[in-house]
Amino acid sequence: MTELLTPVVDDDGAPFWEYAARGELRVQACAAAGCGAMRFPPRPCCPRCGSFAAVWRRTSGKGRIWSYVVPHPPLLPGYAALVPYHPVLVELADAPHIRLVGNLVARAGAPLDSVAPGRLRIGARVQAVFADQGGVVVPRWVLERP
Amino acid sequence: MAPPDGTAFLKDSTAIVGIGRTPFARRLPESEKALACRAVLAALADAGIAPSEVDAFASYTMEETDEVELAKAVGAGDVTFFSKVGYGGGGSCATLAHLAAAITTGQATVGVAWRSRKRGSGPRPWTDTTAQLPTPAQWTRPFGLLRPADEIAMLARRYMHEYGATRDHLFNVALACRNRANQNPAAIMYERPLTRDMYMTSRWISEPLCLFDNCLETDGALACVLVSAARARDCRHRPVYVHSAAQGLPAQHHGMVNYWNDDPLAGPAWTAARHLWKQADFGPEDVDVAQIYDAFTPLIPLSLEGYGFCGRGEGGAFTEGGALETGGRLPLNTAGGGLSEAYVHGFNLITEGVRQLRGTSTAQVPGAETCLVTAGEGVPTSAVLLRN
Repeated sequence: MTELLTPVVDDDGAPFWEYAARGELRVQACAAAGCGAMRFPPRPCCPRCGSFAAVWRRTSGKGRIWSYVVPHPPLLPGYAALVPYHPVLVELADAPHIRLVGNLVARAGAPLDSVAPGRLRIGARVQAVFADQGGVVVPRWVLERP
Repeated sequence: MAPPDGTAFLKDSTAIVGIGRTPFARRLPESEKALACRAVLAALADAGIAPSEVDAFASYTMEETDEVELAKAVGAGDVTFFSKVGYGGGGSCATLAHLAAAITTGQATVGVAWRSRKRGSGPRPWTDTTAQLPTPAQWTRPFGLLRPADEIAMLARRYMHEYGATRDHLFNVALACRNRANQNPAAIMYERPLTRDMYMTSRWISEPLCLFDNCLETDGALACVLVSAARARDCRHRPVYVHSAAQGLPAQHHGMVNYWNDDPLAGPAWTAARHLWKQADFGPEDVDVAQIYDAFTPLIPLSLEGYGFCGRGEGGAFTEGGALETGGRLPLNTAGGGLSEAYVHGFNLITEGVRQLRGTSTAQVPGAETCLVTAGEGVPTSAVLLRN
């Protein structure tokens, strides 16, 4: 797996990647009493109540494929080598308005082209797994029923 | 006429009186700055207004020629208003909105909006992996969602899944634009007809989008000149009034990767449209011709819904039966648009709207009196209603 981009981490997003490194898919949530709104991408304060108090709530890591694409060249070289890979958008079971971009793979450490594009279906149930990408642990997704 | 509360209405208070452009090509030898100067001087000549009278400028990102360079090169006078709108192609019509506001409130008298871009011979922005685009790229690009085409293809597939839109609907969009380009000698695709077979067998760019779902890559520049309605009546051409103008940044919108809210398929067009129609004397059913931002074909059905030409989910079906062709329900992108005339971040849609209302389009809609022009959908956007 050569020359894939790694996340450019910012202050707000750093905890997401730190939890991912521990194998946990967590989402930022408001910590104010009576609010608790989950938000993504991470940001300094709650768009519902304005509180700056936040926690990172662990999710089940379950979701469904909301959509997907199959990019073809021209692409950055590291990705062109993996065609036909297929970025998916996964709607989280615990927070349906949050949809994470990721990759569907055969198993946690498998390459981005390890699932044939014909296997992808909108609505398919998936589960988060974790893999190293250029030194950063990122979520990947496997089919619940492969 | 100012309303009693001291605010000012923009409705018909300003008009476009000059338009100009350079040739369009995959590669032009001159710099973006030189092309910008040519387009602006051509627009001023078209208006019959001396450059020394220009006192306002408006542009949008990623315009590389700033106001200082342009003003001194073309010989502008003392400039008292200048504005730059963000979000790439979403800013095209906002330049007119800002100039209209400045002129209507007395901050300036002669405004120039322009766009110069060497996207044909220059680099593709997405290949720059160090300068992150103003999007939450850390959540998308590492997973190989690299290009605007990929980001919109994600929405397009979901849209097709939810509403039964098909590749034939997207082809209808590409074909309408190509057919109009085939009538426009200035268009890149003037002598290049498109067939359904060509479309269906072309290479993929990002499934479900193929080559012909993507706009051109063009070098070129365009400009227009805006003045007050009173002054416009003394200018060389029939005034084209800015009847209504709006920008749109919806609540909880995230830019082109708008994946983290309740309804990603209801984009900024919906927000801009509500404001646009609220200020207007007419509605979508009264629009004679539309210039809708077409960096990618799916933006047309999404925009048709957002701007109220059809109901939610009906944008694909709207394109059937030649609706977007000459003589159809809503003639679209009558110079060829970004798909087939030139991709200059949508500014050529503005100038074509002006030509339609002057009666000088190469695909003239007979008696056209109203035109909708929109900026990029999927990013914070803008739109104007023009009338003559």
